[in-house]
Amino acid sequence: MTTGYNFAYLNEQTKRMIRRAVLKAVAVPGYQVPFGSREMPLSYGWGTGGVQVTASVIGPDDVLKVIDQGADDTTNAVSIRRFFEKTTGVRTTTRTDQATLIQTRHRIPETPLAEGQIVVFQVPIPEPLRWLEPRETETRKMHALEEYGVMHVRLYEDITRHGHVETAYDYPVLVNGRYIMRPSPIPKFDNPKLDRNPALLLFGAGREKRIYAVPPFTSVRSLDFEDHPFTIERWEQTCALCGAADVFMDEIVVDDKGGRMFVCSDTDFCERRRGR
Amino acid sequence: MDADVPLLRARGVSRYYGARVGCRDVGLDLWPGEVLGIVGESGSGKTTLLGCLSGRLEPSAGTVEFRQRDDRVMDVLRMPEPALRKLARTDWGIVHQNPRDGLRLGVSAGANVGERLMALGARHYGRIREAAVDWLDRVEIDRERVDDWPETFSSGMQQRLQIARTLVTEPRLVFMDEPTGGLDVSVQARLLDLLRRLVTDLGLSAIIVTHDLAVTRLLAHRLLVMRGGEVVESGLTDQVLDDPQHPYTQLLVSSVLQP
Amino acid sequence: MSGDAHDPALLVEGLHKTFTLHTQGGIQLPVLRGVDLAVYPGECVALTDPSGSGKSTLLRAVYANYRPQRGRIVVSHDGRPVDMVVAAPRELLAVRQRTIGYVSQFLRVIPRVPTLEVVIDPLRAFGIDRDTALRRGRALLARLRIPERLWSLSPVTFSGGEQQRVNLARGFIGDFPIFLLDEPTASLDVASRAIVVDLIHDALARRAAIVGAFHDAEVRQAVATRTVTLHGREAAA
Repeated sequence: MTTGYNFAYLNEQTKRMIRRAVLKAVAVPGYQVPFGSREMPLSYGWGTGGVQVTASVIGPDDVLKVIDQGADDTTNAVSIRRFFEKTTGVRTTTRTDQATLIQTRHRIPETPLAEGQIVVFQVPIPEPLRWLEPRETETRKMHALEEYGVMHVRLYEDITRHGHVETAYDYPVLVNGRYIMRPSPIPKFDNPKLDRNPALLLFGAGREKRIYAVPPFTSVRSLDFEDHPFTIERWEQTCALCGAADVFMDEIVVDDKGGRMFVCSDTDFCERRRGR
Repeated sequence: MDADVPLLRARGVSRYYGARVGCRDVGLDLWPGEVLGIVGESGSGKTTLLGCLSGRLEPSAGTVEFRQRDDRVMDVLRMPEPALRKLARTDWGIVHQNPRDGLRLGVSAGANVGERLMALGARHYGRIREAAVDWLDRVEIDRERVDDWPETFSSGMQQRLQIARTLVTEPRLVFMDEPTGGLDVSVQARLLDLLRRLVTDLGLSAIIVTHDLAVTRLLAHRLLVMRGGEVVESGLTDQVLDDPQHPYTQLLVSSVLQP
Repeated sequence: MSGDAHDPALLVEGLHKTFTLHTQGGIQLPVLRGVDLAVYPGECVALTDPSGSGKSTLLRAVYANYRPQRGRIVVSHDGRPVDMVVAAPRELLAVRQRTIGYVSQFLRVIPRVPTLEVVIDPLRAFGIDRDTALRRGRALLARLRIPERLWSLSPVTFSGGEQQRVNLARGFIGDFPIFLLDEPTASLDVASRAIVVDLIHDALARRAAIVGAFHDAEVRQAVATRTVTLHGREAAA
């Protein structure tokens, strides 16, 4: 490698600092650990947190997959994947079942994950209570004291206004029965995948400087009311390309006359079903 | 619960702002079901005292003890903050003079009333809403307004909503700071009547800070008269208002205009 | 005083009450100057001093509305003697709830509270259930000739006589061992005065002890078992 950068761009002390934060996060599932977020060669809002976490845990033998909205070939995914190819030289793949490390923006792969895999989520706003309380000093206290009544106030308001909980993504969850967490802007469709997942789930927010984690096989419950239980999205259609049902789908406009088709948002999943 | 042990006991409560006296050496006992009025004019120290009693201000000296539901007595001033915050949400209530200080303006009336219940683990939307509607009835707010934002309420309605929000967990002790301040007279009358009924029906204990003697006549069993940070007179409300002993109390009572 | 049947229900000894008017240069008005009075169960003692001589002051002092400078006012409350001059505020409240009933000339009206509620309110302290309380309240209001259509209204708009009768209903509804009556028949017509006399007799029959100021000579003669003046000697009834 002749880039002149350290392996994975960050210096070793920084990686060590981030790994310590990750360990702390793993030790207290769902708890936001502050960390010294570095300047990265991409803008805030484009995954600086996720990139720093990935950079700190990646090793030469890792196989890296990067997706954005479920696709390996969108701009953001391609840029980040190239960045790691350049700074680490590790093997990259689009195949979920072959990756050891997956960085994702806004989706969890449809292919079930396995023990030993790590998923790194890109998080814009880590604080679930921010909608109500702008002061960091106050939200930290609320987490420490489990003062979470206000989260249900938000759900209550949704039901009052819309008859159901309107939140469709970044749906708040209770981790390990203790901390309330924002799972990043994944659709609520993906929330059930968080529960007792065999993989290690790491969350990085670069601009907000927070890292949190859901260790393997940890309970993750989406907040709801007894009489308005949590539900996920459903489509009547199946994937136009591979015929899959019960997957999260993108709606694609195909012509100027309003023609549209539904396809799997997870490109790897779709391709494999089609035998490619 | 033993009715012979006070619910709240304060001794020697003093709070200085540098050389200035906020309040000095105040002691009081409050029993279950009793309403204590603290009257005085601006600068008398009554609001400072209320802050010290409710743990929101740290006094320079003195003790404040509160008897919990399990009869254990806790030192309010040395309580760890988590315990104090929890107390403030469950067994204590605070009614602010400005209802906007005690409400969440950006969520519906129902959510405002239901919040304490949700904080205590209520997880059934229908029942929370029913409880909220029930309380709106009790404070005489039209049930149709349950989904409206407090911003759309008149100040009298906001004040009644604040009361509902605070009383929904049936706290045993309520601190009120000028609860009728800033309200039109007719609105005040209605609010006072509501408070009077709730105090009796729920067996609340309350400490009411006010400059308005008519409020104390109606609501308080006992009075403390404060001036310059000190208690100059105390006794049953009718004693203090009908037979004031201290010159300042006499001045206060004689200054009240009779329409 | 320990509830012995031969003890007075109310014992006033050496009572002094002076008003100091600080807002008027500190002038002093010594109204009660060493009053002694003992009232026994079944007695109705009428105070016969002229107006302004301190009858109301004495009654209010017994009720702990006024605070005397010196002396004792002892009543038996829950079987124990209580000195109203030095008792703690909590105890005074309890005495007023269950031991001493006080009927003044004025009804302190709280807007929006219906008459019937005003009348039965004192029964809470006696632990009487609501249905029984309502029955007694209605009976008493009917006896005092307050029309039924007024029972659900607040007394705010009633005439002076009607308000006074509501006041009396509220005052007499509880079975207090001691009654203090300050001009109970003021602003009442003849028929109503007669009803008040009956109420007092009923209370006496229950062995209540009553002290009162009765301006109306007929009423006084009908109810008083003894007449006294505050600073003089006893006169025969």
